[in-house]
Amino acid sequence: MYQAIVFLPLLGAILAGLITLAGARARFPGKGPSSGAEEAATNHGPHHGGLAVRGGAVVQPSHREEEGYEPAAVGSRTAELITTTLLMISMILSWIAFVDVGFAHHDMRVPVFTWMTAGELKVEWSLRIDTLTAVMLVVVNTISGFVHLYSIGYMQEDPYRPRFFAYLSMFTFAMLMLVTADNLGQLFFGWEGVGLASYLLIGFWYHKPEANAAAIKAFIVNRVGDFGFALGIFAVFMLTGAIDLDTVFAQAPSLTGKTINFFSWQVDALTITCLFLFMGAMGKSAQFLLHTWLPDAMEGPTPVSALIHAATMVTAGVFMVARLSPLFELAPHAQTFVTLIGATTAFFAATIGLVQNDIKRIVAYSTCSQLGYMFVAMGVGAYSVGMFHLFTHAFFKALLFLGSGSVIRAMHHEQDIRHMGGLKDRIPYTYVVMLIGTLALTGFPLTAGYFSKDAIIEAAFVGKNPMSLYAFICTVAAAMLTSFYSWRLIFKTFHGEPHDRRHWRDAHESPMVMLIPLGFLAAGSVLAGLPFKEIFAGHGVESFFRESLAFAKSNHVLEDMHRVPLYVGILPTVMMLIGFLIAWHFYLRRPDIPVELARRHDWLYRFLLNKWYFDEFYDLVFVEPTKRLGRLLWKSGDGWLIDGFGPDGVSARVLDVTRNVVRLQTGYLYHYAFAMLIGAAAFITWFMFATGTH
Amino acid sequence: MTIGLGHYLTVGAILFTLGIFGIFLNRKNVIIILMSIELILLAVNINLVAFSTHLGDIVGQIYALLVLTVAAAEAAIGLAILVVFYRNRGSIAVEDINLLKG
Repeated sequence: MYQAIVFLPLLGAILAGLITLAGARARFPGKGPSSGAEEAATNHGPHHGGLAVRGGAVVQPSHREEEGYEPAAVGSRTAELITTTLLMISMILSWIAFVDVGFAHHDMRVPVFTWMTAGELKVEWSLRIDTLTAVMLVVVNTISGFVHLYSIGYMQEDPYRPRFFAYLSMFTFAMLMLVTADNLGQLFFGWEGVGLASYLLIGFWYHKPEANAAAIKAFIVNRVGDFGFALGIFAVFMLTGAIDLDTVFAQAPSLTGKTINFFSWQVDALTITCLFLFMGAMGKSAQFLLHTWLPDAMEGPTPVSALIHAATMVTAGVFMVARLSPLFELAPHAQTFVTLIGATTAFFAATIGLVQNDIKRIVAYSTCSQLGYMFVAMGVGAYSVGMFHLFTHAFFKALLFLGSGSVIRAMHHEQDIRHMGGLKDRIPYTYVVMLIGTLALTGFPLTAGYFSKDAIIEAAFVGKNPMSLYAFICTVAAAMLTSFYSWRLIFKTFHGEPHDRRHWRDAHESPMVMLIPLGFLAAGSVLAGLPFKEIFAGHGVESFFRESLAFAKSNHVLEDMHRVPLYVGILPTVMMLIGFLIAWHFYLRRPDIPVELARRHDWLYRFLLNKWYFDEFYDLVFVEPTKRLGRLLWKSGDGWLIDGFGPDGVSARVLDVTRNVVRLQTGYLYHYAFAMLIGAAAFITWFMFATGTH
Repeated sequence: MTIGLGHYLTVGAILFTLGIFGIFLNRKNVIIILMSIELILLAVNINLVAFSTHLGDIVGQIYALLVLTVAAAEAAIGLAILVVFYRNRGSIAVEDINLLKG
């Protein structure tokens, strides 16, 4: 069963990939890309219904294609159906697995094959099935299944659907590889696999320069994190001589207090290892300092944003910290750092979200902020609570993204909320699901977000590490900001006066294939909280997660959480209400106030609108010097030194010499005669005086 | 004053030098180069005959005759080449003959 869960998406990806290739062949039969483009150009004429039969396969010219620029690739429908069906099967199986592992306690190791053996390093390929994995399997496959279904509708007009679905399934496979990893090598494989899929999907519309730039940015920023992650894995191997999780965890307690030499300081081995590993998590989960790629990643298609950049891939960092909790539990300083970064991100991303105008960017910053919450929970040692928020967040954030996609589609690819307004009458279904998503995100009582977010705030309150008070303040403040920007989004998009009458009139509800996943996710956003509260954040944690999460003897966060003062328990709800009321007052009753505020505190507004100037700062500190260095090496290193003195230089000098030698040959007879006679005279002289003497 | 070997050799040397300079300094006409070559050969001939008489060895004079023959042949071939050259290029000025270069 577990093989099926993991490898069905891979099968889907391969089949869809083959269909993509076949479609490309059919579109440009037997020719190189250059002549193919030419042919494609000729096909774009008015009769492109006439190319229904190509390469033996029949393309159904749907009404969409008539208005589209390019006909859909051959087999688009087949690819969609294959990948979506396989994903749905995977999804159902993962729910079965969830029950089987979580409640019936059937943990498993499913060996697949031996990956490599190099000296001491032995890497097996096996699936580690425990509760943590099962939770992630459910999250990944559920969201991915719904996103696949939704994409059938959302990508309807795109001519390259097989490629899209192949990437989507490939991503799912890589993510499943990541969550079922039994050793750090496998984890790293999945980690890089999702990075690759993320790159491909952000840059899916590769004819858009911004999409390419965003894809490259995401890839490079993630490489920074992965550099740390790789160092962390090396450190683990150096310390324990193994990278499979069981061996590492078994040896971990004996490593406390050990130091290693790092750039000639003696540092605590576990702390530095955990910090390195966390660096990888920071990159993947877009935490403070390495967050810049996430908002830009919104250039990708909206289902991609929902699946990869909200619900699953970005939570890989959280998952990784939870998976390595036996290590992090032993490194309190690293945990403090995790808390610090998480809290900072939660607050910082929320402040940026306040003033953004792109609907997807608001949700992206919200994702960033919510990931910060999860890391706060990880940092204070409440791993199961962090996983709880991961679980609930996946539902409502995917819902919000897919809902935004529905809005964007209704508005004809308009993403700026300033141009929206009053949409609740035009797309009521989308409005309702977005409302549910927002309620869940802001933590409205009894929705999913309410339980998980409150649990995190309580955990931060009772946390023992030096940063937990800071984390508590940040998360509470962020709760208010979250509520404010979420309601701002809702009010500006769905309420008020339409800004563009014509677009407003044209706005239409999305097709059923998009609304069904929204409905399911909305149900998930409401129901993922209460039934799971006990097993993630209550008394059932012990029996549910068992050894998949490690809690140190001194870690009483989960028990203490239930004994917080009453005001801590209701504080997030109060904050949520305050944020809601401010947003309501600002955007429904007195829309002039925010304008006035922005005008009066211009610098603050600009500071937030420009995302704390992080992009500019990185540009100045990293990008520009790198470009300057590159230019220097190019101009003087390559151009001047290598071309001047290297191969090209040598050949140029040879040419110079010959050019001068050639000039000796004038072609005039008397010069040659002169040279000849002088030569003869010299020879004779030499014979006479040098050799003739003896 | 008896005219000895030294005088003959001096005349030969003067003729030889004239011939050499005739080749270098002449910039006008290829025929002059041919004539200079003849002068050089004549200088050689004078030397041969002078030494032959001086040493009483007839071989030198036979050589002189041989050189005369060669000179005659060379002049004939040289002039023939010049005629052809003139037909092709329309000039036999030394400055114009500069094709022999890389």
